[in-house]
Amino acid sequence: MVQGSIETQTARQILREPGAPVVVFDHVQLAFDDKVVLRDVSFTLIKGHTKVILGASGSGKSTALKIVVGLLKADAGIVWVNGQRVDQLTEKGLMDVRDDLGMIFQEGALFDSLTVRENVGYKLYEETALPLADIDRRVEEVLGFIGLAEHIGKMPSELSGGQRRRVAIARAMAFKPSIMLYDEATTGLDPITATTVDDEMIKLRDLENVSSIIVTHQLRDAFYVAEHMAMRQGNGEVHVVRATREKEREAEFIMLQDGLIIFEGDADALRTSADPYIRSFLS
Amino acid sequence: MLSLIERWLKASAHETQEYVYLTSAAFYGVFTRPFYRHDIVEQFDQIGAGSLTVVLLAGLFTGAALASQSGLTLDQFGARPVVGRLVSASMIKELGPVLTALMLTGRIGSGIAAEIGSMVVTDQINALRALGTDPVRKLVVPRVLAGIFMAPVLTVIADFIGILGGWVIARFQLQVNSGLYWSSITKGLYIQDVWMGLSKPFVFGFVIATIACHVGLRTTGGTAGVGKATTLSVVAGSVAVIASDFFVTQILIALMY
Ligand SMILES: Nc1ncnc2c1ncn2[C@@H]1O[C@H](COP(=O)(O)OP(=O)(O)O)[C@@H](O)[C@H]1O
Ligand SMILES: [Mg+2]
Repeated sequence: MVQGSIETQTARQILREPGAPVVVFDHVQLAFDDKVVLRDVSFTLIKGHTKVILGASGSGKSTALKIVVGLLKADAGIVWVNGQRVDQLTEKGLMDVRDDLGMIFQEGALFDSLTVRENVGYKLYEETALPLADIDRRVEEVLGFIGLAEHIGKMPSELSGGQRRRVAIARAMAFKPSIMLYDEATTGLDPITATTVDDEMIKLRDLENVSSIIVTHQLRDAFYVAEHMAMRQGNGEVHVVRATREKEREAEFIMLQDGLIIFEGDADALRTSADPYIRSFLS
Repeated sequence: MLSLIERWLKASAHETQEYVYLTSAAFYGVFTRPFYRHDIVEQFDQIGAGSLTVVLLAGLFTGAALASQSGLTLDQFGARPVVGRLVSASMIKELGPVLTALMLTGRIGSGIAAEIGSMVVTDQINALRALGTDPVRKLVVPRVLAGIFMAPVLTVIADFIGILGGWVIARFQLQVNSGLYWSSITKGLYIQDVWMGLSKPFVFGFVIATIACHVGLRTTGGTAGVGKATTLSVVAGSVAVIASDFFVTQILIALMY
């Protein structure tokens, strides 16, 4: 008992330090019936860093994110999230882990019977005992941050695709998780809207120290997020500027193909890779 | 051929297992926190108040048709005045519960499966789980509770309106005296009949709602899958209602009569 509490204490301390591993995949495998989706996938997400998962559609990117949140169970391998064995936890135990995970689903997955306000505040309204006034304030704050304050009373069906994506981001960040998982948050958006969504991801990462896993097959957005950073100016204004070399290295790319990781490295390494499959992906 | 049967058996065993698992999870969810009160109230309103019109119409016409038919049969024995007794007994014991349940299967069984099914294929169920909500407590428990408690209420209403429809026919088509019609109802009604008629809809409401939720939650295959789930929910729900009607009737007869 005593030993256990000491151990968790150390685990917590380690997770608080910079450079702590917040998400770890260790030889993860998953198959749907006889279709192998993840053959052997291992990677580590460091606190405050960005992991970009690339891959053709059907390569298992969404599946990997769902494993992180515990929505799917890996057939084999170990999955750590914030020091907890997600692969072993029961649904009840997973609820604690999920308190620190913000997931943006591929198509947004907004609750279409609820308003934008109710969607964004969903977890706070339904799963916490916070005073309503505080929740309302937080929802308005988040929607302001994401630039959708005037749409607070609308239903999701009244929003454009880009707005729905941003509401999904707002819903995931409303309860201040320290890890955000974006599943193709910019796919299908025009370049300008995509950039505003990218900027939100950058701001969350650099201003709130959120660790992120970004799933995409749009390289433009992947490179943009990896190579930019958000800075708060003296007057409080936030600007997204070109990242320093050091900051750039905090974003790591991995490429999935046939259930395996065929590339791992930073933006520069990806750009200069000689692998024919990656080259065809880049062009 | 053998492997086909084997696969079918395995699939149905798996399906049954999942269904039992869902109903026990729902049962557990009824008695433990957290509750989603707002959703429970909403479902009672949707399933109860929302089904009133169809149930009223079905009850009225059934009672009327029943009276007409019984009139013909009873005339052969010169027993036309006891038409009220026949209408009320059939309505309360059998037709009221079963027809109401079938109407509910069509209306709410399909609605539940379509709603939950589309939440599955658009990842809204996963979103609920990711946000820390148990979909069984949030979606299944309110619908099952509403099914269990609103089906009997609607059945009583259908019984009453059916007997009223029977009265219209008895009075104006069969020319039976009103006083005779009503007194034959009260005289011919046994307490066992009432128990029979009241206990069935609890079972039906439970069966309809749990099947619809189960089918909805197991939806796969995108929007087309939602359509299939909706159809399946109505078909499986109707068959289950009729089958469980038979079994509940047998059990109650053994227990009460
Ligand atoms: N629930 C499921 N049942 C069966 N197969 C699935 C399921 N989810 C995903 N798949 C299959 O797994 C593969 C990977 O899916 P996914 O992770 O969504 O790919 P990506 O997000 O990279 O496009 C696909 O071939 C898909 O058809
Ligand atoms: Mg995907």
